[in-house]
Amino acid sequence: MTRTDTPQRPPAGEGSVRRISARRRAFRPYLLSIPAVLLIAGILYPFGLGVYYTFLNYSAMVPEPVLVGLANYAVVLSDPVFWESVRVTLTYAVTTTVVETVLGAGIALLLFRASLVGRLLERLLILPLMIAPVIAGVIWGLMYNPQFGVLNHMFGLGSTFDWLSEDRALWSVVLVDVWIFTPFVAVLVLAGIRSLPREPFEASAVDGAGALYMFRRLMLPMMWPYILVAVIFRFMDSLKIFDHVYVLTAGGPGGATRTLQIGAYQNSMTNLNFSLGSTYMFLLWIIVFITARYLVGVLGKAQRRAAGTED
Amino acid sequence: MATRERRPGSRRFSPAAAGADLLLVLWFAFSLFPILWMILLSLKTQAEQTSTYFRFTPTLENYTTVLSSEGERITSVDFTGALFTSLVTSLGAVALSLAIGVPAAYAAGRWAYRGSGDVMFTILSFRFAPELMVIVPLFIIYNQLGLFDTAFGTIWVLQLVTLPLIVWILRSYFQDLPEELEQAALLDGYTRTRAFLTVALPLVRPGIAASALLAFIFAWNNYVFPLILTGSENPTVTVAVTRFLGGGGQAYYNLTAAAALLAALPPLLVALSIQRYLVHGLSFGAVKS
Repeated sequence: MTRTDTPQRPPAGEGSVRRISARRRAFRPYLLSIPAVLLIAGILYPFGLGVYYTFLNYSAMVPEPVLVGLANYAVVLSDPVFWESVRVTLTYAVTTTVVETVLGAGIALLLFRASLVGRLLERLLILPLMIAPVIAGVIWGLMYNPQFGVLNHMFGLGSTFDWLSEDRALWSVVLVDVWIFTPFVAVLVLAGIRSLPREPFEASAVDGAGALYMFRRLMLPMMWPYILVAVIFRFMDSLKIFDHVYVLTAGGPGGATRTLQIGAYQNSMTNLNFSLGSTYMFLLWIIVFITARYLVGVLGKAQRRAAGTED
Repeated sequence: MATRERRPGSRRFSPAAAGADLLLVLWFAFSLFPILWMILLSLKTQAEQTSTYFRFTPTLENYTTVLSSEGERITSVDFTGALFTSLVTSLGAVALSLAIGVPAAYAAGRWAYRGSGDVMFTILSFRFAPELMVIVPLFIIYNQLGLFDTAFGTIWVLQLVTLPLIVWILRSYFQDLPEELEQAALLDGYTRTRAFLTVALPLVRPGIAASALLAFIFAWNNYVFPLILTGSENPTVTVAVTRFLGGGGQAYYNLTAAAALLAALPPLLVALSIQRYLVHGLSFGAVKS
């Protein structure tokens, strides 16, 4: 995702082999991309329609909607419930990303040192990541159950301790996210560490550098691009989190876990107010878009620094 | 992943190594316990599901119940049907993405044509866009077109998941393929199409297999699309599993656990078979293993 189009040589000598006009050759990539472009159009059409809804008063109550200008935006942006959703979403996304990055990078470093135990366990690292997040939600829901859930039993919490109460629910769904996605960070960073060149380490070992110095001044800067790729994926996915949170709490209790995408779902699919739901989504889309541009810029800089082309 | 040579900076001291092992074991205890617990719960009888934690008489009855029409009568969830729907929609989505994505990935990997960057980034943006922005209008369109609750409707919308993955991974494979190979074939009098089919395509077969299998996993695991765009006829397994929890009255936690494990099994098996290619695919080609 970081590689932009590298200029490629035109297929040299091709024209001399087959007598195909230059024009036809120039069209070939477009021809090959037509199905993809048609599909993109098929996806962008509903997207555009969704944006259009944000300027209507479209709901199940109003099947013949009319343009209302920016009224939906005024409603949403002055609604404390929306801002609470923004707060929940950002808290969720920042917490999961930070915890998963630290834990994942730590696990990667431990696995890199690979004793026999580590090597055996490494095979099992990705299991939680490959289970559908919604099924992970179901699994954790059964474990969180106050009456017979195994967690309350194991930690001796009794049957009154509720993991999904109003003040704990957000942290409980964060914990499930950490369970699912920490392996994602770990496998990416581990692959990154293993691909690092060994010469700089050998050179600084010859110079008598200590282990800590080498880690801070060599390993960390070279690992940084891999960590950033993981951070980008995790943060962007956390902003639009839905699956396991919805099945665990449906956004409750009292909106404690009502992330933006759950809020949009409630507006659109529960209250059938399509315009209000779409406005939620379009605002989230803008947040995601701005974040993506910023993070990709940071990544490019880190990659240039790791490659030594910028100081 | 195969190379395990020691590098400077990873010197091993035995107390440190023991500490590292301990930390790893702690993580894996946390990571594997929920799966283990589900296995136990899925082996309990209805009477034991809420009354015991670790000591019980294991039975495979829950699995047969979940898959039988008897289970459908009790829980009103047609789980076998959902498994079949998931298989059809996931395979269908991957097949459609391959048919559309392989030519596009080849074009973008071989020639830097005008607009190729735009096409590639629009496809990538599907991966990161909040799904509901597209699904809510699609919900209304599908209802008008009669595509609601159909396998084809799900296959179409799953392109948001499978197409970016396949196109981005395969483009990086085509970029790494030396162009001289195809040119040699052209010099031998092959047409461009034949050179692509007989030279380039077989060489990227590992990439196609890995990206297709990874796309299958994500299509299978998707929840939010079938949640909104399917109903009682063609729900996928992810939707079906959550239905075991719904409905008032009797709770079937043991059946839920069995269903959850059955639904998780195909992606787990596929993932273990492509572990070598997983990192490259998960990062959309940004990280190579």
